[in-house]
Amino acid sequence: MPSFKIETPSLSHLSHEDYINVYEPAEDSFLLLDALEDDLELLQQRRPVLCLEVGSGSGVVTTAIARTLGAEVFCLAIDINQAACSATNCTAKENGVKVDVINGDLVTPLRGVCAVDLLVFNPPYVPTPHCEVITSLEEPLTRAWAGGERGREVMDRLFPLLPEVLAPQGLFYMVAIENNDVPQIREVLSALGFQSHVVKQRRVRGEHLVVLRCQKHSDSLE
Amino acid sequence: MKLLTHNMLTSKCMKGVTVGYPLGIVAKDIKVSETEFNSEFVSRIIPKLDWNALWKAADSIGHSGDLPQQLMEDYENNEEFLKKVHHVLLEVEIINGELVCPESGRKFPISQGIPNMLLNEDEL
Repeated sequence: MPSFKIETPSLSHLSHEDYINVYEPAEDSFLLLDALEDDLELLQQRRPVLCLEVGSGSGVVTTAIARTLGAEVFCLAIDINQAACSATNCTAKENGVKVDVINGDLVTPLRGVCAVDLLVFNPPYVPTPHCEVITSLEEPLTRAWAGGERGREVMDRLFPLLPEVLAPQGLFYMVAIENNDVPQIREVLSALGFQSHVVKQRRVRGEHLVVLRCQKHSDSLE
Repeated sequence: MKLLTHNMLTSKCMKGVTVGYPLGIVAKDIKVSETEFNSEFVSRIIPKLDWNALWKAADSIGHSGDLPQQLMEDYENNEEFLKKVHHVLLEVEIINGELVCPESGRKFPISQGIPNMLLNEDEL
C-alpha cells in the first residue's frame, strides 16, 4: 500500500555528545524530507531499487527513505566522517531498517555503472573561506557545513561524477542556499546532462534554502 | 557490508588503479540473517549487478550456496532462483574484515559492517 507521508525517524538514541561530531538534523535536513514527501507519488511510480545518500550525517534522511519505501529499495549511505557512519548505522537499526553504510568521499567508492535510482545530498553549503574546507578535514562537524568559496566547493566536486552514477531514470535531490548561486548550479548541471527544478524553498533565519530535483535530460517526468 | 554493496564498490579513485574492481574480500566476521524477500526488488536489481563478481565474491567467502555461476534466462519468473539471489545479496553481511584492491593490493578495512574507502593524500 502506498504511503502518503514520510515519518521522521526517531533520533532519541543520539545525544548531545554525538552531535559534537555529527550534524544534528536541522531545517535543511527537514526541508529535504519534506521535498521527498511532496514527491512520494512520483517516487512510488518510479519505484527506485537503489537509493544513495551522500553525506548521511545522523542518517535521518536515509532511514526515512528506507522506512517509507520498504523492502522495494536498497539504501546505501556514504559519509566522509566515521562518526556519522556509526550514527547512520545506529539510526537505521533503532528505526528497524537496514541501510548499508560506507565511509568514503562523495561517490568515489562507487562504480560508475549508472545504477543509482534515487540520490539525495544535503551538502556542506555554507560559504566559508577556502582554507576552512581544508582545515576542517580535522574537524568532522565543520566538514558537514563548510562549503568554501560560494559554499560550492563540495557540491561542485560531486556534479561531474553524477552522470556515471545516476541511472537513466534516476532522480537527484540536493539542498542548497540562494548564496550558492542556484541559477549557475543549474547551468553546470545542464551542461552535464541534467534538467533541474527548484521543488521546495524555505527562508530560515537569513538562509534561503532550496531543494533542487534533477534528472537526466533524456528522462521525461511522465 | 552486504554483498550487494560489495558489488558496487571500486578502488578506481586510487592513483595508478585502472579498474579497481572487483575488490577481494577477507572476511573475519560474517553475519547471516533473514530479511524480507521481495521478488520485484531482486528482479530489478539483477540488471545493475556484475553477476560474475557477485558469484565470485559469495564463493570466496563460502556463501554462494547453490547460486548458479551463470545468470539464467527468464529469472524474473523463477522464484526459487530469486530467493537464492536474495539470500546472497542481502542476507550475508561482512561485519569485520578487509576489502582488497585487485591491482594495488591496498586493503580497505571493514569494521562494524562499514567499509572504510577513504584514501590518503598520497593515494589520490
